[in-house]
Amino acid sequence: MSLLEIENVTLKFGGLTAVDNLSFTVEEGEVFAIVGPNGAGKSTVFNLISRFYDPYAGQIRFDGHNLLEVKPSGVAAYGVARTFQNIELFEHATVLQNLLVGRHRHRKTNLFSEILFTPSARRQELENREKVEEVIDFLDLQAYRDKMIAGLPYGVRKVVEVARALSTDPKLLLLDEPASGLSVEETTDMRWWIDDIRRQMGITVLMVEHDMGLVSGVSDRVLAMADGAKLALGTPAEVQSHPAVIEAYLGKAS
Amino acid sequence: MRIVFKTDYMQDIRPWKDGYQLSLYLILLAVVFAAPWILDVFYLGELTNVLIWAIAGMGLMVLTGHTGQASLGHAAFLAFGCYSNVILLEAGVPFILAFPLAGVITGIIGALVAIPALRLHGIYLAIFTLAMSILVDDIIVLTEPWSGGVSGKYIAGIDLFGLSIDRWGTPMLFYWLVLAVTVIVALGYINLLRSPLGRSFIAVRDSEVSAQAMGVDIARTKTISFGLSCMVTGWAGAFMGMFAGAFNNETFSVVISIELLMMIVIGGLGSIHGAFFGAIVIGFLPQFLSIAKEYVGALFGGSTVAIPGLEFGIFGMILIAFILFEPMGIYGRWLKIRTFFELFPFYRKDMFKRQKSYLKTERLR
Amino acid sequence: MDNVQLLISGLANGCVYGLIALGFVLIYKATEAVNFAQGDFMMLGAFVTIGLTNTEYMGLPFWMALPISIGIMAGLGYLLDRLVIRRMFGQSQTAVVILTIALGFVIRFVAGLIWGHEPQTLQNPLAGREISFGGLVLGMEDVAVIVVTVLLTGSLFLFFSRTKLGLAMQGASQNQLAAYYMGIPVKRVQGFIWALAGAVAAIAGILFAAKGSVDPSTGLLGIKAFAAAVIGGFGSLPGALAGGLIVGVIEPFASRYIAAGYSQIAPYALLLAVLVFRPHGLFSQVRVKKV
Repeated sequence: MSLLEIENVTLKFGGLTAVDNLSFTVEEGEVFAIVGPNGAGKSTVFNLISRFYDPYAGQIRFDGHNLLEVKPSGVAAYGVARTFQNIELFEHATVLQNLLVGRHRHRKTNLFSEILFTPSARRQELENREKVEEVIDFLDLQAYRDKMIAGLPYGVRKVVEVARALSTDPKLLLLDEPASGLSVEETTDMRWWIDDIRRQMGITVLMVEHDMGLVSGVSDRVLAMADGAKLALGTPAEVQSHPAVIEAYLGKAS
Repeated sequence: MRIVFKTDYMQDIRPWKDGYQLSLYLILLAVVFAAPWILDVFYLGELTNVLIWAIAGMGLMVLTGHTGQASLGHAAFLAFGCYSNVILLEAGVPFILAFPLAGVITGIIGALVAIPALRLHGIYLAIFTLAMSILVDDIIVLTEPWSGGVSGKYIAGIDLFGLSIDRWGTPMLFYWLVLAVTVIVALGYINLLRSPLGRSFIAVRDSEVSAQAMGVDIARTKTISFGLSCMVTGWAGAFMGMFAGAFNNETFSVVISIELLMMIVIGGLGSIHGAFFGAIVIGFLPQFLSIAKEYVGALFGGSTVAIPGLEFGIFGMILIAFILFEPMGIYGRWLKIRTFFELFPFYRKDMFKRQKSYLKTERLR
Repeated sequence: MDNVQLLISGLANGCVYGLIALGFVLIYKATEAVNFAQGDFMMLGAFVTIGLTNTEYMGLPFWMALPISIGIMAGLGYLLDRLVIRRMFGQSQTAVVILTIALGFVIRFVAGLIWGHEPQTLQNPLAGREISFGGLVLGMEDVAVIVVTVLLTGSLFLFFSRTKLGLAMQGASQNQLAAYYMGIPVKRVQGFIWALAGAVAAIAGILFAAKGSVDPSTGLLGIKAFAAAVIGGFGSLPGALAGGLIVGVIEPFASRYIAAGYSQIAPYALLLAVLVFRPHGLFSQVRVKKV
């Protein structure tokens, strides 16, 4: 059984078909990339998995659960974490607080034990903190731990988003354009991190990315999309040399 | 400059930064506890009033400052708290039960109100709560058999642990009662902010989409925030009733709602300190103005005629000045001043600068 | 016949609400800000006109005072944007709401200082005249209010939907930065809109003061007008007028057919109902944010 199964999913916005009868599966432990021109429906696929949109038809299953049965907030509970294309951090909170929100799905205390801050709430906080600290070490965020997001440079915010997603302790990590807007050095860092996330942490990665260097560097399989539909699926090399993909990017050779 | 070396996670988890800060707060607590021996009865009453407003401010701060839901209708919950406290007391329920229950009832009503309000954002939520606050006046008139309607209700002293507590008869005891509740609410608030629920409030305030993606249930979180906020506001309302002694349908008017919201904005949104700073401003502004008026009157030999609307006019100007020049309120200004002295002479003007975000349409939520 | 009479006076009241609501919507449409002081603008417009034309003040001829006070209010609107609102560029909608509420306090205070707190009426040539029409006796003021409101709403609607400038203003509200890149002078547009809102407020104030009396607390009428704007669907000019008319008509009928006290409750109860069932007014414009 695959970790994530997208089966014949279709999504329409009014008359526009944003995702057209799309099917693919993501296997446990792989890095799977979705590429395609702007407006191909890549981010929409992420939003479908996050349950921000209801598909018009089709099935989405994760780890044996039917994702279409849960609320958007229930997706994280199964172990799916994500980042956003346009950075959606909690601006007026510190990096540490942002990451600790990532631990929310592991919350075992209730309102009363939190307001009284009982020993169990304290234990949970220490535990959360330990987990978050591991992520901070992993992504080299020590220097920013107590900084407000609102004052951080773009590149750091991008990393904090990944850190927050990792703090949820996910099985599947959805990265929406992790390298967009990053410098060459930052992109290289991101590449090694994605590699390490898969190898050291054993987390499956599904990402949308434009930077083909990054995509071919880290991904096992690539799905190329255009106009909401599947163009090609295979190893990075296969997809890059696929005639339909070349046509979508460069236009028809005459 | 003080540098705190962190060697333990508990240093971030416990509410105070270091022993120095803890001792400052303990001294502050000791001073306010000793206030009845220092101040005369009039100023003790004023201080009690400030504390009551601070409780109300903390109530609204949870909702507006930390969950990002602006409410222009919290006077409605002050009224609910006040009336349910009195009605319970009149029914013979002892104060020790009636008071907490008044808050809980108000909290439940607040959570119920949250359900239709959940779908509303920003300005629509503000007008929804504003309309609610306007309607409360009429609801009190309509439910005359319980509420006393236009003629209102009175509350005499209450009995607690065999002590007779009365705003006029035993102002010291009433002050300590209010102070105890203030401290309890503040401690609960601090605890809330350092645990997952408080962080999920902040998450909802700053980005609903990513809060959802982190597993925060938006509807549930907002409902809990409404409930907690209204509960605390209800307690403040109960105290306001006891402080005023008599109240009717016009006591908790929509102006009080607006005043409360403005108060926490002046104090500083998103911090517990802000509720207290705001309460100090709102509590002492009338006194300050009357003293200033006397002074000006004496200076120019004019009479000290009452100028209607002066208080609100000045209050409005203060608020405009704060929103324009110090959107983080008094607390924000205080942080800057403190940092200036701590880092002297290395403070830079852009230290607290934030990235400017250009207004994007809020029609797309 | 009684009901028709009630309806007409309700409509005339509703038109004033509609005009204030129009001010709300104008500013919201072009700048996404909500001016909670719009009602106080209206009150100020009324007092400026009273100050210019009433015999106990300056005693100018009515028709001369009219354009002057509209001009003054437009100037005030522009100045307000220039000095205060423009600094709020980039802050949240709620901050602007709180700011304008505070501004309302200040305007009421200043108006009270200048003109006192006694209710005053605008001396105008229409006062006391009536026209009878098939058994109906209508006050000239009521007729004037209805005619002016319809004309004003119509021309503003055409301006926004047909002219290039009007469309540019709408663009400026959707995304200020993008509009700026597209070569729309966002700041000038914003200043113009606030001036326009000031002028509309002056007209509403003149009509209101001609019909009845004003005192500084009249500004609080803005809350009711805001309810009207939301009922009509924020962001649509004809909607604002429709909301105003609904509120204006529902008031006298509620107090006549339910109980006297209900004329105050009815508009807000309706507002709550609209918000619960159609959270963004009758013409919803809110969509899901794209991430």
